[in-house]
Formats: sequence, structure tokens, C-alpha cells
Amino acid sequence: MNANIITQLSIFVNNAPGSLAKTAKVLEECGINMKACNLAESTEFGILRAIVDNPDEAIAKLQAKNIIVKKTDIIGVRIADVPGALFGASQALGVAGINIEYGYAFTGKNVQGLFMRVDSPEKAIDALTKAGLELVKAAEI
Amino acid sequence: MMWNPRIETMPLDQIKEMQRVQLKKLVNNLYSFNKFYHDRMRAANVSPLDINTLEDIQKLPFMYKQDLRDNYPDKMFTVDKSEIVRYHMSSGTSGKPTCVAYTRNDLDYWTEALARSLTAAGLTADDTLQVAYGYGLFTGGLGLHYGAEKIGATVLPAGTGNTQRQLEMMQDLGCTAIACTPSYLTHLITTAKQMGIDWKRDMNLKKCILGAEPWSETMRAKFEAETGAKCIDIYGTSEQAGPMFCECEAQHGPHICPDIMYVEILDPETGEVLEPGNKGELVCTMLKKEAMPMIRYKMKDITTLHEEPCECGRTSPRIERITGRSDDMLIIRGINVFPSQIEYTLMRIPQVGDQYMINVSREGDLDQMIIQVEIKPEAFSDKLEEMQMLRAFIETELKKYLNIAVTVELKAPGELPRFDGKAKRVIDTRVF
Ligand SMILES: [Zn+2]
Repeated sequence: MNANIITQLSIFVNNAPGSLAKTAKVLEECGINMKACNLAESTEFGILRAIVDNPDEAIAKLQAKNIIVKKTDIIGVRIADVPGALFGASQALGVAGINIEYGYAFTGKNVQGLFMRVDSPEKAIDALTKAGLELVKAAEI
Repeated sequence: MMWNPRIETMPLDQIKEMQRVQLKKLVNNLYSFNKFYHDRMRAANVSPLDINTLEDIQKLPFMYKQDLRDNYPDKMFTVDKSEIVRYHMSSGTSGKPTCVAYTRNDLDYWTEALARSLTAAGLTADDTLQVAYGYGLFTGGLGLHYGAEKIGATVLPAGTGNTQRQLEMMQDLGCTAIACTPSYLTHLITTAKQMGIDWKRDMNLKKCILGAEPWSETMRAKFEAETGAKCIDIYGTSEQAGPMFCECEAQHGPHICPDIMYVEILDPETGEVLEPGNKGELVCTMLKKEAMPMIRYKMKDITTLHEEPCECGRTSPRIERITGRSDDMLIIRGINVFPSQIEYTLMRIPQVGDQYMINVSREGDLDQMIIQVEIKPEAFSDKLEEMQMLRAFIETELKKYLNIAVTVELKAPGELPRFDGKAKRVIDTRVF
């Protein structure tokens, strides 16, 4: 597996009052440590995207609790400042004909970056590397 | 093959004349010899002299489930105790029990109806029928049992439960037919898979007689694909005797026995009797019952009556698969909506799970219907846009079928309430 590919968990969250709290509580009960997360919402449901330790183990635990969860491959670019990096990354991907489905910034202990869900992670990694951007390795988060 | 070709192929005008004569006789008897019916007819200001044509039945008052509850256990019986040979009971989903009684003749007509029905479904003396309906107070088990014996079929009185053993017996005895609820068949199919049974290879099943619960054409297609057996709808409730009327092999809705039951279909709102071919509320008059007659009994089931001859050659009228309950009917912005229509639409969408809720409220002057559906885990996407497209797709499908705009909310599996008994999926907070 490409060391630059990061596994993200996507979790379905109802947008009813307390739903997110309930999901967060399940994550806690399962001993799942979230290193980065992002919430995308519509009016009546949301999708919690999270980077966790041991994603496969976390998925098994969450599914046992009847939570809808899905594994998604994403990539991360290291950034110094968000707007500049966002422009650089999107331009490099645009030239290579790769779509960004969504992206979100994160700040970890050792690294600051931008996570992106693209339609072809391997190609995106090549395009970003060629454009001189530095990728975040899964192990670094 | 027909069990009773004389009745089953009788021309429609002769059927109607037979029913007219039978109705007159029945009304005359009840008015003359039974206090309950006499008082009812007097209260409605009708006497047997007013009942001459078949349409005159409309002068008679309706009967309701509540009558059976109010007169529990025996106040509606019209024969002497010594003539009653059997009781069946229903616990009733809404509290008070009901009791039905049968004379020897009542049981014989019930069995006759099932002999015709099972023959229409293609069963003969060569078949082995596994009766996996409950035996006992519920009418399903014993009804099918005697009907199948009457045509000389071999009966395996399996009853309910013990699913692994049921599947073993089905294989060992080479059962060619099963009678059970649609939900039990689903359970049998799942269990067979877990046991490593290849249904089409290891079973000899040709027919599934399914009833006592609502089911759909989608379920029929699924069952038939899984089992390779033809699935036949059976209709009948304890007020009529029990399960009674089966589809023929053409599967165009259960053929009723016109000498035993007279059917009217009413507009659920106006109460007006509808012409055949129109969907409405089923009202039954049992023409031959002795212990507990039923005159214009409101079944509260929604169906359509068809009087044109069937491709099987029978002239016996048919009713369509029950598509809903009139007492569940919702009127949303002036349009009739049956929760069963919603269920039918939802269950055809592969991404939708088994649970849903219907919430009706009023925003200002406008009725609002919100349908919450659990989606299957595999239908989930991490892309918000795809989830919104799924939601919009479900809304479009519902609108196509219901003719009104509804709002759909997607829910995770396990989020919506589960029901042990009768499901209460409709929450209507409107104040009228
Ligand atoms: Zn037919």
C-alpha cells in the first residue's frame, strides 16, 4: 500500500439534536482515538470524516454497534498556509484532470495539512509530487 | 383442474341470481329467528320484504369488528350451543378478544372453499403440503389442514417454529407445497442458506401458499427467484371462517367462492358502492354461515373486485391483493394515501432498509408528510452529494406513486423504532 494513502472513516450521523454527541460517545466507548475529523452536514444528516488509529479494528467495533461506517482512501498535502497550498494543490490536480470531491484542513502534533478526497488517489499523488508539493504520510498523523 | 366446475364456471348472471336467492333466505331467517339481527334490521328500518334484488343489500346496516368485541364471547351466535362444533379466537391487536363459532356445515363450507382454492393453486392428491401456519386458536393451521386433506393431498402439520427441523422435514418428505406467512418464508430461506441448503437443488417445493400478512409483487418475484416455487396469495380472516380464497395458477388475485361470499367494494370516503374494477373498501356478506352470520361486514381491507372471467377459465370473481387498510388511510392535502403504498414503493428501492416511519403534521394550513427511512449500510457514501441524490431519488419515487410531494429523511440502521407486535409506523400529530 502506498504510504501516502491515508485511510479515512466516513460515519453517517443523523442531524437530530444529540446525534453527533451519541456518535462521539460510541467512538469513546470503543476506545477509538480520532486524530483528525471533519463534519459535512446537510439539513437532516451529516457525514463525520475521521482519521483514527487502527481503522480496520475501529470499523469492526463501530459496525458491531450498528453504526454505518465506510473506509475511504484520501491523501494529504503538507501546507504552510492554507489558501496558498489549496491553490497549488488544486491547480496541480486540475492540470492532471483529477477531481477533488472534498477537502478539509487539519493540524496534527507534527504536521499541518490539507486532506483531500480525489477520484484517483494514486494519480493525484504523482501529480502533486511532480508539482513539488509534499505529501503527508499516514504514519505522520 | 377444478374442484367444483359447476360453481367455478357458472355464468355471471346465474351467479348473481344464486346470490340473490341465498341473500333473501338468509335475511328472512335472521329477521325471524335471531334477536341480534332482528333488532338491527328494525333499527335500520328494513324488513325481509325490502330485500328483493341483490342491490337491496345496501339497505342493510354494516357490521364491524367492534360488534364482535362488544358481543364477546357468544352474544352474536345464532344457533344452539349443541350445534356449535368449534371455536376459534383472536387476541385482537387492540385489546378485547373476539371469538368465532362454527357449526358442522360452517366447517364443511370452509373446507369446500379451500378444496377449490388449493385445486386452483394447482395442488392435487399427489402433493404434500407442509402447513406451517399456527395450529390452535388461529384459523390458519386447521383451515389449510382440512382443505388439503379434502383434495387428498398429504398434509404435514408442521405448525410454526423449529425452523431447522421444518427444512429437514421438507427435504426428507419431499414436500411439494408449503402454506405459511410471507415473513416465515423469508425466515425459512435465510435459515436454509445458513444450513448450506441449495433450495432449488435440495427441495422439491412447487408452491408456496402465502397469506395472513400483507405482501407485495416485489416479494413474490424475490420468493419465486429464491425457491423456484410459484407463490400464491391466499385471503380470508376469522370473520369469514379463516383463510379461504386462493389465487389460481394465473396469479391474478384470489378467486372468491360466490356461493359462499358476496363482495361489495365501497368508496372509503363516501361509503358509496363502487362498480367492479375500482379500488375501495371490502365489505363481505357470508351467504352460508350458520353459527355466526356476517352481513355487510366491513373488512377494512382495500382491494378491487374483478368480475370478468379469468384466463384459467373460472368465472368466480377475483379480488386483488390487499393493498392497504381503510382505517389506516391518511388524507394528505386532500389525497388518499395508504401507508402500504408507501411501504410498497420504499421496498422496491434497493438502497432502502426494512424500517421506516411516516410523520404527518400540519404547518399552518398545509399538511406535511415526512417519511424517515433507514438506508442499508452499503448504500452509504462519504460524499454528501451522493447521499442527497439518494434522498431526492426516494422522494421522486414516492411522489410518482402517491401523487403528492413528501419529504424524506435518511436514517442509519437501528435509528428508527422496532416493533414486536403490530407496527405503528404512522405518527399523525394533526388536530382536526
Ligand atoms: Zn383464475
